[in-house]
Amino acid sequence: MDVRFINPFLDATENVLRTMAFVEPKVGKPYLKKDNAAKGDISGIIGLTGDLRGSLGLSFSEACIVRIVSNMLGESLTGIDNDVKDAVGEITNMISGVARKKLESEGFSITAAIPTVVAGKSHSIVHVLGGPSIIIPFEIEEGPFVVDVCLGNGPT
Amino acid sequence: MDKSIRILIVDDFATMRKVIRNLLKQVGYENIVEAEDGAIALRTLKAQKVDFVISDWNMPNMSGLELLKAVRADEELNATPFLMVTAEALQENVIAAVKAGVSNYIVKPFTAEVLNSKIEKILGSL
Repeated sequence: MDVRFINPFLDATENVLRTMAFVEPKVGKPYLKKDNAAKGDISGIIGLTGDLRGSLGLSFSEACIVRIVSNMLGESLTGIDNDVKDAVGEITNMISGVARKKLESEGFSITAAIPTVVAGKSHSIVHVLGGPSIIIPFEIEEGPFVVDVCLGNGPT
Repeated sequence: MDKSIRILIVDDFATMRKVIRNLLKQVGYENIVEAEDGAIALRTLKAQKVDFVISDWNMPNMSGLELLKAVRADEELNATPFLMVTAEALQENVIAAVKAGVSNYIVKPFTAEVLNSKIEKILGSL
């Protein structure tokens, strides 16, 4: 995967979570992931098509997503419930939207599908292209989350 | 600016309605009603006085654009301020919304301050 595609997702993640959830995630060093295992307890995944094709996954540890969604809703949540699942879909959607806008300014026109959300220990993120994907690790005080992107050239 | 105005939030995602409600609360708006799609929103608008509509673009049953057109075509509702929420500022969507008479639009994600300034700008221009 072209490393030029990493920054739009990194910036979009920071932007969305800072704006909507008032958290400042610390970013770690991106690395290559070769299997389908999700890194967290709940994940959102969205398919991308157009000049580039692939998928974007976000995978959150429980403590991390509970803090993020509690901040978004102005409520004190205690675990992964339907609100959290809905919010993961919405966060995935928003990050995809912001990243696609940035990619569009670099000449790549991309549309997104509807996000799906999977919760539970040891679930998988299956990318449209099969992988490998780039993991961008993030951390907030309550725990880690990752952005898991797999993008390639669009249909020829 | 009058913070007691009644605002209708229209979004098919309950969580997003809560997020917008939370943002509105942060800038002093607490008189809020909700609808989960355009059709329910239209019924709400006809049943009670609503001063301002904040509607998502993309919804099942009746989209934000269809709701906007229905509001503008209704003699009693057509002056209602209407703020459209979109996931991305697609030019063709913005043009369609402007043609249909949208008061303004806001792209997700947005802060409480940006939402407040959009509302104040719309109300200030009435």
